[in-house]
Amino acid sequence: MIEPIKPKTARKKIQAGELMNKVMSDYFYEVNEAATTGKQKVAWCTSVGPAELLRALGFAVHFPENHGALLGATRMSTDLIPEANAIGYSPDICSYLTADIGAYLKGVTPLSKAYPGIQSVPKPDVLVYSTNQCRDVQDWFGWYSRELKIPSIGIKSPRNLNDVGDAVIEDVSRQIQELVPQLEAISGTRLDMDRLRKTVALSRECTELWKQVLETAKAIPAPLTFFDGTIHMGPAVVLRGTQVAVDYYKVLLAELQKNVRDKAGAVEGEKVRLYWDGMPVWGRLRQHSEQFLELKANVVASTYCSSWIFQAFDEKEPFRSMAQAYLELFIVRSDDYKERYMKQMIEDFHIDGIIYHDAKTCPNNSNSRYGLPKRLETATGVPSLVLSGDLNDLRCISDEQTKTNIEAFIEQIEEGK
Amino acid sequence: MSKPVYVGLDIGSSRTKVAVLDTDRRLLGYAIKKSGTDFSATAGVCLDAALEMAGATRGDIINAVSTGYGRANVGFVTTQSKTEIGCLANWCRFEIPGVITLIDIGGQDNKIVKLDKDGRRDSFKMNRKCAAGTGAFLEEMSTRLDLPLEDMDGLARASKEMVKLGSYCTVFSATEVLENIRNGKKVADIVKGLFYSVIKRVLEMDLPTEKVVMTGGVVAHNAYIFDMAEEMLGRAVIRPEFPQLAGAMGAAIYAIYAINEKGASEIPDPNQPNFEGELQ
Repeated sequence: MIEPIKPKTARKKIQAGELMNKVMSDYFYEVNEAATTGKQKVAWCTSVGPAELLRALGFAVHFPENHGALLGATRMSTDLIPEANAIGYSPDICSYLTADIGAYLKGVTPLSKAYPGIQSVPKPDVLVYSTNQCRDVQDWFGWYSRELKIPSIGIKSPRNLNDVGDAVIEDVSRQIQELVPQLEAISGTRLDMDRLRKTVALSRECTELWKQVLETAKAIPAPLTFFDGTIHMGPAVVLRGTQVAVDYYKVLLAELQKNVRDKAGAVEGEKVRLYWDGMPVWGRLRQHSEQFLELKANVVASTYCSSWIFQAFDEKEPFRSMAQAYLELFIVRSDDYKERYMKQMIEDFHIDGIIYHDAKTCPNNSNSRYGLPKRLETATGVPSLVLSGDLNDLRCISDEQTKTNIEAFIEQIEEGK
Repeated sequence: MSKPVYVGLDIGSSRTKVAVLDTDRRLLGYAIKKSGTDFSATAGVCLDAALEMAGATRGDIINAVSTGYGRANVGFVTTQSKTEIGCLANWCRFEIPGVITLIDIGGQDNKIVKLDKDGRRDSFKMNRKCAAGTGAFLEEMSTRLDLPLEDMDGLARASKEMVKLGSYCTVFSATEVLENIRNGKKVADIVKGLFYSVIKRVLEMDLPTEKVVMTGGVVAHNAYIFDMAEEMLGRAVIRPEFPQLAGAMGAAIYAIYAINEKGASEIPDPNQPNFEGELQ
């Protein structure tokens, strides 16, 4: 059926958004205060690094990947990336890294505009990484370590795992424990195991609620979109291991469950249900969201948002379960595992089509390069589309090509139904 | 005397194509012009020229559908649009039914669209963000070689020894071309190498089915690319009578469809035994 061009409509607003904005605002001010007053030591941590350990030791925790995403979403990144390129960091490596270092070199941050009074990203006392997602994080923190003359320590993680067995869990668990003496020395606090257990328990609770939030989208129509997910995952990313994140997701979940009961879909007249694999294009969230909305298509599930579900956390075995959680992550796994995982997601979320975002500067989050789309298409009959783009470097994106590709893909799905 | 017509407008990045069909999908008139910067004005000029050729007027238009990059810029005649991928597939579905791979090489991009036995799109792929395998690549190279675009086909045919170009980057290819000129290679051999590069880049995008049809402005103006594709594939490639009009005709067929869905006339079934086969 040929659709006449229609006026723009908005996706259903999530009321909990206002509370989330307050939660995020409080978080950024709190870390800023820690850094500017010296009340609390500040640790920078990779997004799936040992944040539970850092919180248990009393650190205020800043997540540079979250800052990278903010640079992308505010479309500051494309102007800042060249600053890092000019000092020898290639345009082909992680554009979170290059945007973040570029922002530091230029002395700018989107936090200043969003949160008056914040002058800069919080100055760290220590940098703590895990290479479970990529090597780039280690090199990213390495730059700051040299620049700020502070230690950069972390976990060298096994990768491409089919199964997460005892050997790799014990390896990572040992590496986490080996960080403790140095972190204790920097924080000036002895690790309290009860506090660690409590933090791990809160992380587990947060992750369980976040999982339930995402699973509301199994409903037809789905009450939230991938684009909502990329925003509402904020507390799960930066406040894992805190009560405030748990409280927030209880509110969000209740609202979404009500919308499911009321059959109030996020996309009015939802006709096509999609899965998004790979990173969002942060600087194009709104355009992409609006295009899907106009086509009555909803991206109901994604690898990215689901990557903050860590079911292994167990306060009875904090170190071991942290290790297991950090290793069970999708990005750490083999293509065989990814294929199995996505097959299940296609079934659970009633997916009509898969969109793979092949991000130029993020090979580790681009899963279309080793034949996976073809294999999954053959196994499931669900069609797929590969979009060339990037998470933060808008120079790598052709908006017109993306638009035509998405529109043609939805046409294909609708005509095949 | 008034005659009902259906119009497809393909507003491409390089050329605007308009096709006027009758209810039985017969091509009555067409026009092709450079898109320029005013898509709407160019489309208007093309529309009137195509209607004149068809012996019709704007008042005879029963329905119209637009496609291509400028598909949203022709509100004066229609607000119904489809992607160029959809229109190419639609044209192919009705004109060349059955399992087939359509390869379209346009000015700005190229596409491979695969159709199943029922004429449904199985999959499609567009070129990535570079100009490799597109008309833009040939245009850039013709400038570098100081050659009119229309001379390239004849030159490629005259070549005795092709110069192979390795890079898929237009800028790097230009450097390679200059290096070959410096080394005394013949222009005809370089042009053949450029054609080879275009078709090779396209064929690298997907595995074609047994039956292949090629469309688009690049093959319309450089028929030698058909020959090269056949040589590379090891089999004949279907050559439509109007390769550049496939998208516009597909849009016009959508226009017929839309009316048919309202019950004005019957939807033609490409799987009927008496259905007319390939265009040529």
